Amino acid sequence: MPDRFPSPFEVVTPTGAEGWEELYGYSTVFSEDRRELEDSMFWFMDGVHTPEAIEPWDATVLDFALTFLGQYTTRHYVIPPALGVDIRYLNGHMYLSPVPVTDPAEIEARVPEFAERAGYYFANWPTLYDAWMDKIKGVIGELEAIDFQPLPHREDMSVITEGRGIGSGQLMMFEYDKLVQLTARLWAHHFEFLNLGYAAYLDFFGFCKQIWPSIPDQAIAKMVAGIDVDLFRPDEELKKLAQLAVDLGIGDRITSDAAGTLAAMDADDAGKKWATAWDEAHHPWFNFSSGSGFYHSDRVWAEYPDIPMGFIESYVAKLGRGESLARPIEAIEAERDRLVAEYSELIDDDETRATFDGKLGLARVVFPYVENHNFYVEHWGMSLVWRKMRQLGQILTDAGFFGKADDIFLLRRNEVPDAIFDYFHGWAVGIPSRGPAYWGREIPRRQGIMQALRSWSAPPALGVPPEVITEPFSVMLWGVTSDSVKAWLGGSDSPDGTLSGFAASPGVAEGPARVVLTAEGISELQAGEILVAPLTAPSWAPVFGKIAATVTDVGGIMSHAAIVCREYGLPAVTGTAFGTKNIKTGQRLRVDGNTGQVTVLD
Amino acid sequence: MPHHIAWFDRHDPALEPVLGGKNTSLGIMTMAGLPVPPGFAVTATAYVKALHDTGVAGALAAMVGGLDVTDGVALARVATEARDTITGTPLPPWLADEVDEAYATISERRGQADLPVAVRSSATCEDQPDASFAGEHDTYLWVRGADALRDHVRRCWASLYTERAICYRRQMGYGEDGAAMSVGIQQMVLPKASGVAFTLNPLNGDRSQIAIDASWGLGEAVVSGSVTPDNFLVDKVMGDITSRVISDKTVEHVLDEDDRVVEREVDEERRTAASLTDDEVRAVAALARRAEKHYGRPQDVEWAIDGAAPADEAVVLLQSRPETVWSRKARVASPDSANTFQSIVHNLLHPSGSQTVHLH
Repeated sequence: MPDRFPSPFEVVTPTGAEGWEELYGYSTVFSEDRRELEDSMFWFMDGVHTPEAIEPWDATVLDFALTFLGQYTTRHYVIPPALGVDIRYLNGHMYLSPVPVTDPAEIEARVPEFAERAGYYFANWPTLYDAWMDKIKGVIGELEAIDFQPLPHREDMSVITEGRGIGSGQLMMFEYDKLVQLTARLWAHHFEFLNLGYAAYLDFFGFCKQIWPSIPDQAIAKMVAGIDVDLFRPDEELKKLAQLAVDLGIGDRITSDAAGTLAAMDADDAGKKWATAWDEAHHPWFNFSSGSGFYHSDRVWAEYPDIPMGFIESYVAKLGRGESLARPIEAIEAERDRLVAEYSELIDDDETRATFDGKLGLARVVFPYVENHNFYVEHWGMSLVWRKMRQLGQILTDAGFFGKADDIFLLRRNEVPDAIFDYFHGWAVGIPSRGPAYWGREIPRRQGIMQALRSWSAPPALGVPPEVITEPFSVMLWGVTSDSVKAWLGGSDSPDGTLSGFAASPGVAEGPARVVLTAEGISELQAGEILVAPLTAPSWAPVFGKIAATVTDVGGIMSHAAIVCREYGLPAVTGTAFGTKNIKTGQRLRVDGNTGQVTVLD
Repeated sequence: MPHHIAWFDRHDPALEPVLGGKNTSLGIMTMAGLPVPPGFAVTATAYVKALHDTGVAGALAAMVGGLDVTDGVALARVATEARDTITGTPLPPWLADEVDEAYATISERRGQADLPVAVRSSATCEDQPDASFAGEHDTYLWVRGADALRDHVRRCWASLYTERAICYRRQMGYGEDGAAMSVGIQQMVLPKASGVAFTLNPLNGDRSQIAIDASWGLGEAVVSGSVTPDNFLVDKVMGDITSRVISDKTVEHVLDEDDRVVEREVDEERRTAASLTDDEVRAVAALARRAEKHYGRPQDVEWAIDGAAPADEAVVLLQSRPETVWSRKARVASPDSANTFQSIVHNLLHPSGSQTVHLH
C-alpha cells in the first residue's frame, strides 16, 4: 500500500485540457513559485461540495467561501489549533488543505484571545444570531434587487430630465460589481458563525465520547438537533401542497409535468386555489438546489418546477395509499427528551452532570445556525446569484457574445467586467464589440477544456498525508478521517463486498441498490430501493419517503444525508468513499447504520 | 418469632442481615417485579440455631478456633472434619419441618410434585461491594425431593468450611463466629441459553452499554469459564446491538436422562450458532437495565432464557450484584472539561471516538 498520494507537480494535464490553468485565479493554482510549500502539504478533494470539475466563474464562490472560512478562524476568532483551509485547483478540480497550528506554545498563546472573541459570540449568540438573520436577509434582498438590462438604443428621457449623468452601461458595470460583493458578503456571513457552531457542537460531542466511548454519533446529534428547522421547510411545503390537492379532490391532476399540471389547475376554482398556494410556496422555499449549491448547473426548484411537482405527485400517491406525510414531531421531541434523560441518568456525579447540561445547552443554542444557514446561503442566496448571473449571460448572449446564457460561467469573475466593458464600449462608441468574435472562439475552446477536465479521474488526495487526521474541520465539514485517507490509498481492510463509512443514521435495512450520480437520476428510484449516491442534497428530501436506506461516498455525520435520514428514520452510511464505484444498481445490499457497514449480498 | 424461612415474594428488609447478599437481592428483585423464579431462603438465623441445637456449633468452634491457617495439612484436615460434621448431622426436627413445609408449598404452587430447585448458598458476608465472595460458596442445581433438599441445605452450610473459605475469611478479617450461611431455594428453570450481563462495558467502563455473555444450556458453563461464550454489546439508550461475537461453544450444562445436570459436548451445528436471537439479546439487555435502574448503580446479573416459558416471559433474572470493578473508578471527564474554552481547544486538538483513527 502506498504511503502517499501523487504530488500535484507530477499530475499530468489531460489531453485536450491544455491551458486549463488560465481559467482559475493565479493564486489558486499550484506553481513553481510556492512549489516547496505546496509539495509539503496534504491536499484532499472536496467530494462533499465539489465532486466534479468546476467552471471558472463557479470558482468565485469557492474562493470566497474558503477565504472567509480562513479569515474567521485565523483573524477573527483565533481558533487555537487551526488556521484556514487553503485551496488549489488542479485540472479543474478543487483541492483543500487545512492549515493547523502545530506549536503547542502558540496554541496555548492563542487560547485567551479565542476565549475573549469566541466567548463574546457564545455569550451573545441569540442576539447575534437574530442580527445575522437580518444581515443575511438584507443580502438576499439586495441580491433579489440586482437587475441587469440590455443596453437601450437610447437612454430614457428621464436620465436627461433628472440630470442623472450616468447611463445604462455604467449601471451594468456597477450592478455586476455589486453582485460579486453580495456573493462575498453571503459567504462572509456563512462562516461568521459556522466554525464556532461546530466547535461548540464538537465540544459536546467530545465530552460525550469521553464519558461514553461507545455512544453512537447519531445519539449525540439527536440530543442536539432542532425540531423546527428551516432547512426542512421546502419539503414541508410540498407535503402541504400534496395534502391540499387531496383535500380539494384534485390530486389526480398533479403529474411531474409542472406546466401541464398548472394548466389543468386553471380549469376550476379548486385548481386555481391550489395554484395560488403553489405560487405562495415558491417564495422563498423553491430557491432550493438539487445539488450542493456550489455549481451553477445545480438544478434549483424555482427554475425546474418539474422537480418539486414530481415530489408532490409522489406525496399524493402516498396519501392515496393511506400513508401519513406528517413528521412525527411529538415523537421526535419525546425521543430527544428521553435520550437526554437517559444519558443524564448514567452520569454518577452532579458536577459532571452540570457540565453535561452546560455543554448540551450551548450546543443547542448554536445548533439552529448550523442547521439553518444552509438554506439561506447555499440554497436561497446562491439560487439568486446563479439566476442573476444567468440574466447577465442572456444579455451578452443576445449581444452575440455567447451561444447561451450559461456560457458566462466559463469566464473568470475578473473577466466578466472586461466583457461588460467590451459590450458597453461598443454600444457607447457605436461600433461592433469584439466580444462575438473573441468569445465566439474562446467559449468553444473552454468548453473543450472543461469537457476534458470533467472526464479526468481526479485522485482523492495529493501529497503526503499526516499520520493522523485530527484537524477538526476536515472531519466535521468534509468527513475526511484517517480511515478515509487509508481507504483512498487502497489499503482498506474491509473484506470483499463490504464498505465502511460513518454510522450516520441508525437502523439496518436490506434492499436493491440504485446508484444515482446526479439529481436528474433520483426520479428512477423505486420504493424500497437503497439510494447509493456521491452525496445527497436537502432538496432530495422527498425521495427519502420511499427509499429504504442511503449510502454516500462522501460526508460525515452532519452531512445532509445523515441529517435527513435521521429525520426520516432511515439507516444511512456516509463517507464510504467508493459506494458509487463499487456498487451496481440492482445489487442487493445490507446497510447497517449502527456500525457504518455496507454489505453487498449477491 | 425468629424467621427461619423467608419467602422472596414477601421480602422483609429487616431480615436482610440474616439472608445474605444473594437472597436479599433475590427478595428485593422479586418485590420490584423483576422476573425472578419463585423461591425462599433458609435464613442464617436458622443456621445458627440449628448448629447450636445440634451441638455442631460448639464442635466447629473447637476445631477452627486454634487453627493455624498457614499450616496447610492442618487446614485441610480441619476443613474436611468441619464439613463432615455439618453434612453428617441431620437438621433439627423443627427446621426439617419448616423446610419440608416450604418446599411442599412451592411445589404445590408451581403445580409440580418434587419441584426441581436450585439450592444456593448466600453467606452473610458474601457479595459486599468491597469484598466479593463470589464463587467461594456452592450452588446445587436440579435438586428434587424433600430429602435431597434438606441434604443440600447442609451441603451449602458446609461450604462455609472449605479450606479456601476458612482462609479467605481469616484474611479478610471476618470473625469465625460471624460467619453464617443463608440458603436460597429457587425454582429451577431449564434454560435454552443463559449467561451473565454487565450494565456497562467491562472493557472501558462505558455505562451507555450492556455487555452480555451467553452460551447454551445452564449458566454454569459461562460462570465457571469452561466455555468461551458469545458476546453481545447492546446500546443501553438507543437499544441497538452494536457488537456480536459468536464463539465456538464446545460444551453445555444440561439435564441428562437420569435427571442429573451434566456437562456435555454441544452438537456440531449449534456450536458456532448464536445462542441468542436479536430479540432475546434485547430482552436480556432490557432486564439488566431494569435491575440497574432499580438499584441505581451498575449491576452484574445472571440470567437465563427459560426454554419452556412463552417468549414474552422467557427471560428470567437469577442474580443481580453490584458491579465492583468500574464502580470504584467511574469514568470521569477530563478535569478542564467544565472550562468551555479549554475544553473546546482540547476537543479540537483531540477529536474523540470514531473521529480519530491511527493510520499505521
